[in-house]
Amino acid sequence: MSAIHCMQLCKTFKQGDETITGLDHVDISIEVGEFVCLSGPSGSGKTTLLNAIGGLDTHDSVEIHMGNIRIDQLDKGSLADMRLHNIGFVFQAYNLIPVLSAQENVEFVMQMQGIVAHERARHAREILKEVGLEGMEDRRPAQLSGGQQQRVAVARAIVSQPQLVLADEPTANLDSVTASHLMNLFSRLNQHHHITFIIATHDKRVMGYAKRLIKMRDGKIIGDEKQTPVAIEDVADSSG
Amino acid sequence: MNTGVFNIPFKAMLTLSWRNLWRNYRRTLIMLAAISMAVWAMIFMTAIMRGMVDDMLHQGVANLPGHIQIHHPGFRDDPSVVNSIDAPGGELLAALNDSQTKSWTSRIKVPAVISSERDTRGISLLGVEPESENRITGIAEQVVEGRFLEGDDDRGVVIGLKLAERLETRLGKRVVIMSQDPDNNIADRGFRIVGLYKARLEALEEVNVYAARGTLQKLLKIGDQVSEIAIIDKDFRDIESLYAKIKAATPDNLEIRAWYELDSYLSSMLNVMDGFVLIWIIIIFLALSFGLVNTLMMAVFERRREIGLIQALGMRPGMIVYQILLESLLLLLIGLSIGNALALATVLPLESGLDISSVAEGLAMIGAGSVLYPNLRLDDMILANVVVIMLGTLTSILPAWHAARLDPVQAINST
Repeated sequence: MSAIHCMQLCKTFKQGDETITGLDHVDISIEVGEFVCLSGPSGSGKTTLLNAIGGLDTHDSVEIHMGNIRIDQLDKGSLADMRLHNIGFVFQAYNLIPVLSAQENVEFVMQMQGIVAHERARHAREILKEVGLEGMEDRRPAQLSGGQQQRVAVARAIVSQPQLVLADEPTANLDSVTASHLMNLFSRLNQHHHITFIIATHDKRVMGYAKRLIKMRDGKIIGDEKQTPVAIEDVADSSG
Repeated sequence: MNTGVFNIPFKAMLTLSWRNLWRNYRRTLIMLAAISMAVWAMIFMTAIMRGMVDDMLHQGVANLPGHIQIHHPGFRDDPSVVNSIDAPGGELLAALNDSQTKSWTSRIKVPAVISSERDTRGISLLGVEPESENRITGIAEQVVEGRFLEGDDDRGVVIGLKLAERLETRLGKRVVIMSQDPDNNIADRGFRIVGLYKARLEALEEVNVYAARGTLQKLLKIGDQVSEIAIIDKDFRDIESLYAKIKAATPDNLEIRAWYELDSYLSSMLNVMDGFVLIWIIIIFLALSFGLVNTLMMAVFERRREIGLIQALGMRPGMIVYQILLESLLLLLIGLSIGNALALATVLPLESGLDISSVAEGLAMIGAGSVLYPNLRLDDMILANVVVIMLGTLTSILPAWHAARLDPVQAINST
């Protein structure tokens, strides 16, 4: 079954008098449980494709299906609901809510989903433990390192067990050790929870974890191949 | 899939809004100071204005004096002795003595001339029954030298300090008062000054001269006739029921008038005051609203990235509006609490009277006394609070709407 199916996805931007093509008639189908990396140089359309799949951006002409839902036909509120219940986002710059603690950041999505308080707290602590942040639940983002903040962002993205996690350059601000911890975590979550991952990256080490590698350039898909991912390293994910 | 517009518990939104409020605590404190001062100004100045207008009304009604007056129909156009009326009797007397009436008196009020050995002035000569007149005007308490009149046939007069100064006379000296009887003959006689009074309004001290009613009736040869019957109720704002009762008992050949008919300036002032308070509160709020919008717009601008993030996480636009409005509401509520407390702390100690004698002469021209009694009314406080909450929330819709309309991709990528 397809997790995501896009047909003839187009996106153009106006920059002064110039029209820039972000996506140029992209067709893509991603199955449930896949671990996909989008690779390509800056401006190749990776982030634009992620934003379109996540219903964050408008597009010129497109048909995007998530399971049985045509998300390109949803209004703003329904798109928000769709993201809330089906998609987890991990951004390059962590993007945590600074006034909330690590646990509150993770609980935020569950609060919007209407999950009761004790269930939220229990689940958030479990996920934070799983990403190696046990004991740091009450720390605010400013009191956490970059790697720890990214783990909180990952915990927030997966806490409600979404069908799909969209990660945009998730390791760009991390050192190599923290980045490999994070990718191991993604791989484990993909294997254990069957969450579909689509990761936009430049990083060749990150691409090594993917089961499928899609190459983009100038808004077009120029390569799409299956590959054998690197083995998950059995390392303790407690360092930042 | 649809979880509705308000998909976060109120407590969580409150926590988020509260913490957001204190992220830039300096800006929040400055805004709180502005709201508090504005609310204080709304309530404090309204209490001062109410006090001043109430004082003018009290003074005005006291100067008439009487909440309801009964005259000869021609008296108001020509307040001379020919337009006198008979002393009340029968049904009218029974109505006047009814328990609903706080007090009443009948008096003579004629134009006259008073002469000392040095000067002559035009005056309003009042022939009063001392006890009942004092219940209505409190004139006996205003006597600062000598005494007030004693009985209906007292042969002395009580004049104002200012008039004594103008006439270059003093307590115990004799003056001559001259008026006309109903046959247009000069009626005059000498009186000894038995008392000097100090009125709250200096202008009255120069005009009103009190003599005993019986003495004047003899001087003017009008038997037991009087110029007017003055009645007071418990509250001058609520005289309708007494007015109807007295009117029903008043003979048709007499004219009965309530204070607001006798002095339309006073009644219009009372009516205008409520509207004026609302306009005053709204003007202060308008000045405040610029600061409020600016603060919230700055908060939204600074948090664009975060707003984009919560949109990406699945917060509906309606919830973003709700969150910004809640933040504004918290700011307003704290500001209101401080403003109300400040207003109470500054108005209540002044309720015993604020001496403004340095500007009393100017105030006397508009009918106010030299001691101001701020009138803090609950409905004015409620009005100020309701206006600030309602208009403040309305004003906050602009930044909240702006936040809800942010493009999540642009917002997340903003620096």
